[in-house]
Amino acid sequence: MSYATSLYLTGAEIGLSLTGLVLLLAAAWGGQRSARLITILTVAALFGAVAFSVNLLGMAGNEAAGDAFGGLYRADAFGSYAKILIYLASIACLIVTPRYFAQQAAYRPEYPVLMLFNAVGMGMMVSATDLMTLYIGLEMSSLSSYVLASFLKQDIRSSEAGLKYFVLGALASGILLYGMSLVYGFAGTTSYEGIRAAFAGQFPMGALFGVVFMLAGLAFKVSAVPFHMWTPDVYEGAPTPATAFFASAPKVAAMSMLVRVAMDPFAGQSASWQQIVIFAALASIVVGALGAIGQQNLKRLLAYSSINNVGFILIGLAAATPEGVAGLMIYLTIYVAMTLGSFVGLLMLRDPMGRPLETFADISGLSTTRPVLAWCLLALMFSLAGIPPLFGFWGKFVVFQAAVQADMIALAAIGIAASVIGAFYYLKFIKVMFFDEATREVEKESPVGHWAVLGICTLIISPLGFLLTKPLGEIAERAAASFAFAM
Amino acid sequence: MEFPILSLMLAVPLVGAIACLFLNAGSARMVALFATLFNLALGVMLWVNYDVGGTQWQFVERAEVFAGFSYALGIDGIALMLIMLSVFLMPICILASWDSITKRVGEYMSAFLLMEVLMLGVFAAQDMFLFYIFFEAGLIPMYLIIGVWGGDKRIYASYKFFLYTLLGSVLMLIAMLWMVNEAGTTDIPTLMQYDFAPGAQTWLWLAFFASFAVKMPMWPVHTWLPDAHVQAPTAGSVILAGVLLKLGGYGFIRFSLPMFPEASAQFAWLVFGLSMVAVIYTSLVALVQEDMKKLIAYSSVAHMAIVTVGLFAFNVQGLEGAMVVMLSHGLVSAALFLCVGVIYDRLHTREIHRYGGLAINMPKYALFFLLFTMASIGLPGTSGFVGEFLSLAGIYEVSTTVTLVCTTGIILGAAYMLYLYRRVVFGTQVNDDAARMTDLNAREWFMLAPIAAAVLWMGVYPESFLAPMRADIAALDARLARAASAGDAHLKLGEPKAQEANYIAPEHSEEGAH
Repeated sequence: MSYATSLYLTGAEIGLSLTGLVLLLAAAWGGQRSARLITILTVAALFGAVAFSVNLLGMAGNEAAGDAFGGLYRADAFGSYAKILIYLASIACLIVTPRYFAQQAAYRPEYPVLMLFNAVGMGMMVSATDLMTLYIGLEMSSLSSYVLASFLKQDIRSSEAGLKYFVLGALASGILLYGMSLVYGFAGTTSYEGIRAAFAGQFPMGALFGVVFMLAGLAFKVSAVPFHMWTPDVYEGAPTPATAFFASAPKVAAMSMLVRVAMDPFAGQSASWQQIVIFAALASIVVGALGAIGQQNLKRLLAYSSINNVGFILIGLAAATPEGVAGLMIYLTIYVAMTLGSFVGLLMLRDPMGRPLETFADISGLSTTRPVLAWCLLALMFSLAGIPPLFGFWGKFVVFQAAVQADMIALAAIGIAASVIGAFYYLKFIKVMFFDEATREVEKESPVGHWAVLGICTLIISPLGFLLTKPLGEIAERAAASFAFAM
Repeated sequence: MEFPILSLMLAVPLVGAIACLFLNAGSARMVALFATLFNLALGVMLWVNYDVGGTQWQFVERAEVFAGFSYALGIDGIALMLIMLSVFLMPICILASWDSITKRVGEYMSAFLLMEVLMLGVFAAQDMFLFYIFFEAGLIPMYLIIGVWGGDKRIYASYKFFLYTLLGSVLMLIAMLWMVNEAGTTDIPTLMQYDFAPGAQTWLWLAFFASFAVKMPMWPVHTWLPDAHVQAPTAGSVILAGVLLKLGGYGFIRFSLPMFPEASAQFAWLVFGLSMVAVIYTSLVALVQEDMKKLIAYSSVAHMAIVTVGLFAFNVQGLEGAMVVMLSHGLVSAALFLCVGVIYDRLHTREIHRYGGLAINMPKYALFFLLFTMASIGLPGTSGFVGEFLSLAGIYEVSTTVTLVCTTGIILGAAYMLYLYRRVVFGTQVNDDAARMTDLNAREWFMLAPIAAAVLWMGVYPESFLAPMRADIAALDARLARAASAGDAHLKLGEPKAQEANYIAPEHSEEGAH
């Protein structure tokens, strides 16, 4: 494979890295004034990366999936699909960011630059086909996330969130590295292909330990139970736009990375990791649902909701079939729309002084004070609960269908029964907005950018979303076929 | 291709629902009334053009716009009748809310029109997942109707309604996924002919039962119903009793019976047992209620138990009877809730003892109420009689015991309905404010008179309603024949006597010869 091809296949990451470096310099010279311009340029660069990935997805069938840099990196349909999602989610987050910080005059040009480097890292995570690339991508993304979480330097909660995220994230990285070292020790290589070949006939106990540790580390990154405890604190403390970002793009990246690790190097050992994934899936659904019930803070509630959703996503992985992976990708797509929509809705809730509102008491009677926003949130909440005809139902439908097809009826039945617990707190959200009386003043107007993101997300999860099932299904199928060689 | 009348019937209220969200109170009322009346007209067209005795599935439409399932609509006679019931009740619901709903009228009308879309969708869907989507989606508007416009304890009632029915339904989804995976199709008519292995049928039947029993509702999962009925606004109760409860029965007749005949036969004792308890227990509970709506809600549970008994009798009378009870109950209980609504609008209480002697100041109202009370009891000449008689005749072929218990329930039904009527309408006027209430106005006339006419029509000439369903019920009966149990009657044909009983032997002429 020639160098030119390698450079071409990694075009999105290279382009974003170069933009990031240039913008970093520009930020150093331009200072505070350049923040707006740099945000716009960042969004433009991310749009470029989306266009590039769409192009790659369009022309490169699975057969043309290219390995770059001697098997360190693979550009296939799966990676491109995940990257499109990641970049689009990052764009949406950037659009709603500046206004939040404007209140405290805390917005700085470093924020979009950090998002760019984060995007580079996430792109590498989903395309990595070597444990080394995986780790570098993961750390690149995580380190920028830690800074984003503590971006409000004056706010003690934000600093706490950043520190917690960093310490626990470092611990998880350590666990992951330990697992990787064990796998390397038994396989003698860090490349996915090499690992698959090494474990083709036999699977030593030590390597199994390695897999378990790796899964534990990765479960931390996707915030699956029992490695979820950082999520509510970080989500609550971090600035809301950063929380929206954590709940969307890095979730997609970490989940896609997990899928690739499970389905590529350890595809032959599915029996060993399946039970771990099944446990994590069911535990996430139940803990995510029960934990949310007592919450008063909406960001914490959405944090538990994301844990809950991760459980459903993992059901797709637990099936360990192409249908399961396709279902997982569809779920991720819908999940991103639902999460971004909910967080943007949250960002639009401010009192007349411009202070953010983030508890249940603040949103009571919202349907009379901000009817359009309330109806959008209603749709998003019913969608998160998985009630048809909203599109969130389709995500649950495809993963459960995959589980049933893989003959995991009990998993599907328990999972779906537990989803009813989750419905309880989404209903509470709606109850507070629609059934209770309005108690406080809210800001009546929101900027166009927020409305645009909320509108697009609501449109996707509305019943009209069902018209997307066909194209979405085809792309997801192609993405899942990226692992066809391993199954 | 035929004119897509079913899609149009879904589109009209949908457009109305979206329009109502953006309109002020007055226009929203008019739009809602117009949309529902237009749909009623379409429904009449549908019935007129329905070819009785023609192909089983008519007005079929199909569009492959989704992955994994298709947009397939089509109706048979059973669905036709239930669609007629829905479109008939909807304009009445809108009229019932005309004056009593004053806050957020646009959203209210929108929720009702959406409800109509979803109900019609459930009855018309020919694709299993499309059915599920419509079936489940009905929770959203009903949750809002109870929660926003309901009574004092509306929040508890709305949660209970939503979570109960959701929990029932989700397991059905897993069963559906399994069936589709097994049979390789989502087409309901095909699945109705597919023979699942008897072992699997047991589980599938139980999963569907969990959903339909809650919707029905059957004892002991009926407890959401009284709460939901009492707290919902009048029109909400009407639609809940009139149509939503029929979804359970429709589910049994469309899915459980034809798709799992063996399992249905196997679990018939369970259904009979629960129904017998329901008939007696809920009737006794109804007898002691102080709240009119609650009383009627409990009577609904009892009537629905007659439906389940008739369905699982596995013979033509039972199935036809169950269908007629469903239609009749849809009209009668809706009308009874409207009657409660009429006096509730005037006095704002549902306590029975706050009324009394209404026959003096509201004679017209008393007459209507009497008719619907009698129909609820099952007086011959009203729709209630036809259904209950057929159902009980059907079940009598299977089990004398079940018939005995269920018939007792009918006697109890007469007791609590007449007791209610006596306390509210007859007797002396003890409350001044109740004595000052005015009689029915024109709007209320327009609500009650059509239902009264339909109740009498169904009671006097049920053939109009039975004819479209006859072929479909016969087909279902044929499908069930292989699993039907023998019945406990053990009829023994004796040796017929040579002559009729009053035969007197002629005197022999030779003996008499002297």
